[in-house]
Amino acid sequence: MTATSDRLVDIPEVSSEFPGHEHGHLEDLRHDPIALLHRVRDECGDVGRFRLADRDVVLVSGAEANEAFFRAPDSILDQGEAYPFMTPIFGKGVVFDATPEQRQEMLKNQALRGDMMRGHAATIENEINRMVSEWGDEGEIDLLDFFAELTIYTTSSCLIGKPFREELDASFAEHYHDLERGTDALAYVDPYADIESFRIRDAARLKLVALVQAIIDKRLARGKVAREDRDLLDVLISLKNPDGSDYYSADVITGIFISMMFAGHHTSSGTAAWTLIELLRNPGAMASVVAELDELYADGSDVSFQALRSIPQLEAALKETLRLHPPLVLLLRVAKEEISLGGHVIPVGTMVGATPRVSNRIAEDFPEPDTFNPDRYIDPHQEDLQNRWTWIPFGAGKHRCVGNAFAMMQLKAIFSVMLRDYTFEMTQPPETYHDDTSKMVIQLAKPCRVRYRRREASGSGGAPPESGVETEDAR
Amino acid sequence: MKVEADVDLCQGHQMCQAEAPTVFGFDTDADVVVLLDPMPDESLRSAVATAVKYCPAMALTLSD
Repeated sequence: MTATSDRLVDIPEVSSEFPGHEHGHLEDLRHDPIALLHRVRDECGDVGRFRLADRDVVLVSGAEANEAFFRAPDSILDQGEAYPFMTPIFGKGVVFDATPEQRQEMLKNQALRGDMMRGHAATIENEINRMVSEWGDEGEIDLLDFFAELTIYTTSSCLIGKPFREELDASFAEHYHDLERGTDALAYVDPYADIESFRIRDAARLKLVALVQAIIDKRLARGKVAREDRDLLDVLISLKNPDGSDYYSADVITGIFISMMFAGHHTSSGTAAWTLIELLRNPGAMASVVAELDELYADGSDVSFQALRSIPQLEAALKETLRLHPPLVLLLRVAKEEISLGGHVIPVGTMVGATPRVSNRIAEDFPEPDTFNPDRYIDPHQEDLQNRWTWIPFGAGKHRCVGNAFAMMQLKAIFSVMLRDYTFEMTQPPETYHDDTSKMVIQLAKPCRVRYRRREASGSGGAPPESGVETEDAR
Repeated sequence: MKVEADVDLCQGHQMCQAEAPTVFGFDTDADVVVLLDPMPDESLRSAVATAVKYCPAMALTLSD
């Protein structure tokens, strides 16, 4: 264990649940990261410190230190080495994060472009309709399984292409979930350590490669198709080396797809699940959202049209869910040059972090910070815009989630369909819905089930219950 | 009504141009927003407020 730099000793170090552990606060991070992160602010203030294996992590919170963190260019605070747990998931040779310049290129040229959103909205409406078409009039779903599968279909269809999505079923979502479960913080010591979660991760990745290889084999057997029927997979497998061999192996193509889908998958899936849970816990907020949607869709307008437009009550509920349950609780960088944060000069090589989970609940910025209150964002209140360096579920600055407009549109489309056509109720005590925080990718812990019931023919022409069964049979 | 755009935060989504094209332009070389009218007429308040609210980079601010 490397000694803490002399330059850092004046930054207070947070206490540990595992004092004297050889890996510093690593076990705190693996056991209860949310308690650790809150403890840093409670004990140390805006700038505190914990130890992750052989490195110091300086953790900032509060508007001033957050702004300095998020405004720092990549040449000073770099993401590249900050997430070693991602390397075995993507595979070697697939980079974790693009530079801001590359991200801007992606925006301009690819799937996240503003003018592509209408098509994505229609795709997402179609995918959610497909999922609920198997529901019948009433039943139960597991929120984790349901939204994880749905968002595999939406992200693959929107980002890779419809033909590829049509080759996927629930097994792809299951393996992908196992991969996400492989984000154990022990990777800060050894990303290839012989532990169960890493063995499951590596087995899951091999299964995904096999699924992608089978799709590639089908494509090769089928031969070329018209340009308009091609997707990203067709493009990648058409690339050849000068000697005629494939430029990309199935392994690398799988890694590219995993990385493309990663940012948008567990994040959107978890936010969708938590939004439904919070609305069920807060019937007043649920009633406001349902009334808003009923009015919006009373004329039978398309979800794909409305999801791109303002839906204030639903948006406020989504924002409040994101504030309380940010999918990423800890954002990390490595200092490539000295940087001053909150009056402390941070030496080169130090890890630096910001924490959406803690900043989003600072009482000075968000009164009654633990209370779910969507009114924070209803005009004239704008607690998100007023606190743009502490309301940070999407991060902030140049690295602010480039897919946030896509994510909000997707969530608006999902809840437009689900709450227009169904009512929901909890099947377990409200406080028992909780996150499994043992991995860096936080996911809902099971059980997390809810009951649904098709709504009587209110709103937009949902079939009445008795004929609904026949409709299902007829499909 | 005063509008400000932080070009260090702008990611080039160009959503603001769709909302208020006389207030927000775009520098295609630098890929960032250009403020065409920092003191827009009161009649544009609703459009500008929408642009500020939905900016995916939170790069815009509106003050009275």
